[in-house]
Amino acid sequence: MLEIRFHGRGGQGTVLAAKMLADAVLRSGRGECMAIPEFGVERRGAPVLAYARISDGPIRVRSRIYFPDAVVVLDPLLSLSPLVVAGLKPGGAVVANSDKSAEELAVGRPGFRWYPVPAKEIALRHGLGSKTSPMVNTAICGALVAALQVADFPALEAAIRESVPVKFDQNVAAAREGYEAVLRSNAAA
Amino acid sequence: MPRLDEDPFLTPPIITGGTPMKANKTGHWRSARPVIHDDKCTGCMLCWKFCPEACVTIEGDRPKIHLDWCKGCAVCVEECPADAMSLEDEEGA
Amino acid sequence: MRKTLMGNHAAAVAVRLARTGVVAAYPITPQTQVVEALAEMKATGEFPGRFVRVESEHSAMACLVGAAQAGARTFTATSSQGLAYMHEMLHWVSGARLPVVMAEVNRALGAPWILWTDQTDSLAQRDTGWLQFYCSTNQEILDATLIAYRVAEELLLPVMVCYDGFTLSHTYEPVDVPDQALVDRYLPPIQYPYALDIKEPRAFSALPKPQEYFRLRRRMDADMQRAQEEVAVAEEEFAELFGRRYSAVEGYQAEDAEVLLVTSGAPASTALDAVDRLRAKGLKAGNLRIRQFRPFPTAQLRRFLRPGVKLAVVDRNYSMGHHGIFCEEIKSALYAMPNPPQVFGYVAGLGGGDITPELLCEAWEDCAAGRGDLNAPVWLEDSR
Repeated sequence: MLEIRFHGRGGQGTVLAAKMLADAVLRSGRGECMAIPEFGVERRGAPVLAYARISDGPIRVRSRIYFPDAVVVLDPLLSLSPLVVAGLKPGGAVVANSDKSAEELAVGRPGFRWYPVPAKEIALRHGLGSKTSPMVNTAICGALVAALQVADFPALEAAIRESVPVKFDQNVAAAREGYEAVLRSNAAA
Repeated sequence: MPRLDEDPFLTPPIITGGTPMKANKTGHWRSARPVIHDDKCTGCMLCWKFCPEACVTIEGDRPKIHLDWCKGCAVCVEECPADAMSLEDEEGA
Repeated sequence: MRKTLMGNHAAAVAVRLARTGVVAAYPITPQTQVVEALAEMKATGEFPGRFVRVESEHSAMACLVGAAQAGARTFTATSSQGLAYMHEMLHWVSGARLPVVMAEVNRALGAPWILWTDQTDSLAQRDTGWLQFYCSTNQEILDATLIAYRVAEELLLPVMVCYDGFTLSHTYEPVDVPDQALVDRYLPPIQYPYALDIKEPRAFSALPKPQEYFRLRRRMDADMQRAQEEVAVAEEEFAELFGRRYSAVEGYQAEDAEVLLVTSGAPASTALDAVDRLRAKGLKAGNLRIRQFRPFPTAQLRRFLRPGVKLAVVDRNYSMGHHGIFCEEIKSALYAMPNPPQVFGYVAGLGGGDITPELLCEAWEDCAAGRGDLNAPVWLEDSR
């Protein structure tokens, strides 16, 4: 079982990111999946959590995730917070929306695998969202799928086209950039 | 006390009334009846409009009260703008 | 075909597959995406039934009284305060013997304002004459809705399909969406025997004599009792056609268990994991999932109970001044047994607190160690 926690802000599409990941896993035939929103009062800008579980067999546990195997951070400011690695298992992966390097992000937070992706810049370049509220979830999903190797890109593309309401091609292109950014940094490492 | 031993499935799931409202003559509920005075009636038909039991009909240009159903509520008497209706004791009728 | 659906969308898809004729709903909070999805399907033409927007949950159910009386297959959905507001009409629908099906998203009741899951809203409707199913997966939400129509139209009684707010309602997981042709085989068009007919006008629900009312209520209970068998038949036929089997009470590792957890809804899914964790420690743990609350499955429950077994009932609901509601219902159902098992109550997660495998293991171990109290529930919290 792979357990993932998503950190974002209201309006960034955090819950949808978890759903698109789960859908991509299903479409890849890589196992069972579940995407769980942590709902509070729904306000744009307020911190939001979501979770996903991926497993070869049926997923029966329906509680929140306290000790994730991986963490996804959709917001550049949240990426700097020590809270995002709380409970993260040693050696766990962090896919973070950030312009910084993996080495910079790891300062003070050692023992994790960092996958930075400039998702805000990618999203804005593809016309997704606005400068104050970029829709980074598809770029992040691309990076996440590349980092964790839990789904293939065509499956993610199909999941995105099913889930996003508008700008299908731009969202898929953003996801591909996120995907390739992680593949490039993996190859360099 | 006796137990209710009969098969519960002898009772239907619901009971519906098979008789139309027209068959339910309520005229005998009345203790007083409305009377139309033709000399004053203007044919405005407010009595027809106000009757809560729909027992006023229009015959030509004049109202007619159907006493088989009229319960004697006297709304028509109260509402008549021409003062063309009165309520008369059923006993004397 | 398997699709990634949230629980609310699984319910909406079932309503479309059932070829439901009339949906009436109040579209604002505490409504969920069930009717939002149906409204979207209506807009695209995917759902050809009527969609009636009304000004309250009370009106939604009143609207369905008319639609069902006219012979239509009907649906609405609500949650928490909305269900409470609908309460009066729930009695009317069952008394009028109208086979309405409703999705009920279990959410806690205010005051204070609260968003998250809790079963007290639907359990408070215990005596309204509705059948109640409690789902543990999104697949079950879809399946139970189809089964609900079969049973409702056979018995002329309404059915409430209940599922945990957020934990199921907003959680996405793969759901097998069956072919329309298969659903049509399972669920033929509705044939309501008392449908309005202008050629044969009748008066419905008019004032009966007390003796008639007494007999009508007895007939209603007889049909509710008959539901025990009719639901089992409908579940069996569902298993034959769709390959997924459900029953009123479902046991897991129950045969040789010394203590049985008793759970319902989404925590009954988590409980399977808790039982495996306890078994891995060599403990004889098991779980009973109560899927059907009305009619209460007394006989099915008793079949799982060996002499000496103890029950640890975990309730995410409460009756103030008494106990957890499932716990009390179970005690009452088992009282007439020759040697009834001891029943211990655990209350957890009211208002959406997390019911984790660790919490369920704690309830089990507390009960096994004899620390439970037969007279008062233990209040458990996973405070992470």
